[in-house]
Amino acid sequence: MIDTLRLSAEEARRLLEAREVSGAELYAAYRTAIDARDPELHCYLHVCEDPGGDGLPIALKDVIGTKGIPTTAGSKILEGYVPVYDSTVVERLKVQGLRILGKTNTDEFAMGSSTENSAYGPSHNPWDPSRVPGGSGGGSAAAVSAGLAPWALGSDTGGSIKQPAALCGNVGLRPTYGTVSRYGIVAFASSLDQVGPVARTVRDCALLYSLIAGRDECDTTTVELPQPVELPQAQDLKGLRIGVPRELNEAEGIEPGVAAAVQAAVAKLEGLGAEVGECSLPLSVEYGMACYYLITPAEASSNLARYDGVRYGYRADADERLEMYERTRDEGFGDEPKRRIMVGTYALSAGYYDAYYAQAQKVRTVIKREHDALFETFDALVSPTSPTVAFPLGARTADPIAMYLSDLLTIPSCMAGLPGLNVPCGLSEGLPVGLQLVGPQFAENMLFRIGHALEQAIGFDPVPERLR
Amino acid sequence: MADTQKISREQLLHVAHLARLELREDEIERLEGQLNDILQAVSKVSELDLSDVPPTSHPLEVVNVWADDEPRPCLPVEEALANAPEREGDFFKVPPGGAA
Repeated sequence: MIDTLRLSAEEARRLLEAREVSGAELYAAYRTAIDARDPELHCYLHVCEDPGGDGLPIALKDVIGTKGIPTTAGSKILEGYVPVYDSTVVERLKVQGLRILGKTNTDEFAMGSSTENSAYGPSHNPWDPSRVPGGSGGGSAAAVSAGLAPWALGSDTGGSIKQPAALCGNVGLRPTYGTVSRYGIVAFASSLDQVGPVARTVRDCALLYSLIAGRDECDTTTVELPQPVELPQAQDLKGLRIGVPRELNEAEGIEPGVAAAVQAAVAKLEGLGAEVGECSLPLSVEYGMACYYLITPAEASSNLARYDGVRYGYRADADERLEMYERTRDEGFGDEPKRRIMVGTYALSAGYYDAYYAQAQKVRTVIKREHDALFETFDALVSPTSPTVAFPLGARTADPIAMYLSDLLTIPSCMAGLPGLNVPCGLSEGLPVGLQLVGPQFAENMLFRIGHALEQAIGFDPVPERLR
Repeated sequence: MADTQKISREQLLHVAHLARLELREDEIERLEGQLNDILQAVSKVSELDLSDVPPTSHPLEVVNVWADDEPRPCLPVEEALANAPEREGDFFKVPPGGAA
């Protein structure tokens, strides 16, 4: 009997290699779990039939293009769209024999922090189904936590891998910008979008990252990794200097239970031999949100211009072409993409470009410089990933700005193109708390090392209490 | 502080036209308030004097990548048209007219 709630990808791979289970048995075990628990959790928008083979199953966020498998990005405008080619990450997974279980729920075009912006209805948190799993990649994070996939891919623009991992109690990596190909991924904000792994352990996360990372001829923004991915081994953290940025740890809105769990984890980092010191990111946190909510809508308004009802996706009935474009886009896009298209179009329009978009790009330089300066003193930075634990469904849907604040702590490092790892560090009110580790560009191996040591020291049980 | 003046209904409709969105009346009413709140919040960037700071459009220091301009096979016509809402022969079909 395969316990999909407990089985790590690493262990599953060992079982497959030792021929203790077959690929078909393993795949069927996850399908059984999906049939049992997904009607309640709604992690998947599409579930596949076993494609055969001997590799591990995997779930993919529905912004990742999959040949022959519907890809909607959580939007009605892409309902029924079936890509005719695979994204590069999917090609790489298939080369390794991995088998797709299905496509996971996401806020429409990855715009949101709760999956409530999905045109197909929200996902639910496996720890408490009356609460959100986070977003935008809530489907992937909830699927991994509920044993509906051994691991998954998400995508992250301002926190869409790390924040759901925090709210669902698993490990998520937002890789250094440029290390994972965006070819075949539904674009949101191209200068920030990154695909990355979601897993139950840090070692699983590192393993999955090693399968997808590296330069891709089809995405000219990608680069070769300066060093290969190393699976972290048990070791202490002697010689590492870890910074605690005041503004990320004391921001207004951080729940006391979240702060306490992170402080306890920081004490563990010291116990493991790391040198911990306070530091500051004064402008990055204060101006990060404003900068992000100008740059990403601007890029989104351009990227989403392609949805015009001509070549694929939804088309509204109309007798005349302009009317067809405008009606298709009004009926096909949900509220959040429309809001962002409007903000972005406004910020890029004549007379406003310099005050908004150009100024935001300069703020981005300031954010990058502040982080660069800290990495002269510290090897990594630590903070909560999300200011709060998972919040109730509906709690933030009426107020777009309240929803935007969910990503307050993840946005600054994303703007600077830095890698970030969420590691579960405890519970508050019976719900998972996530700790965010941020490193300099290409420092994934170090984040894995710190994350693994911390994971071992904390001994967090990633299986939701109600499913144990 | 720079420009935090309210976006008017007329401006909103102009932006919606630029973005090719035919907004319904209830959407226009809701968006008017929300856009003003969002623009007010993001205008915070103009508090900083950054006249000497260069912009960042891309987080990595990368050089341009050139490819030779050589023809190579691309998607077959049938695959390119596979998701078309409407087609005629080997073409995407759209309604006529309209200065778009």
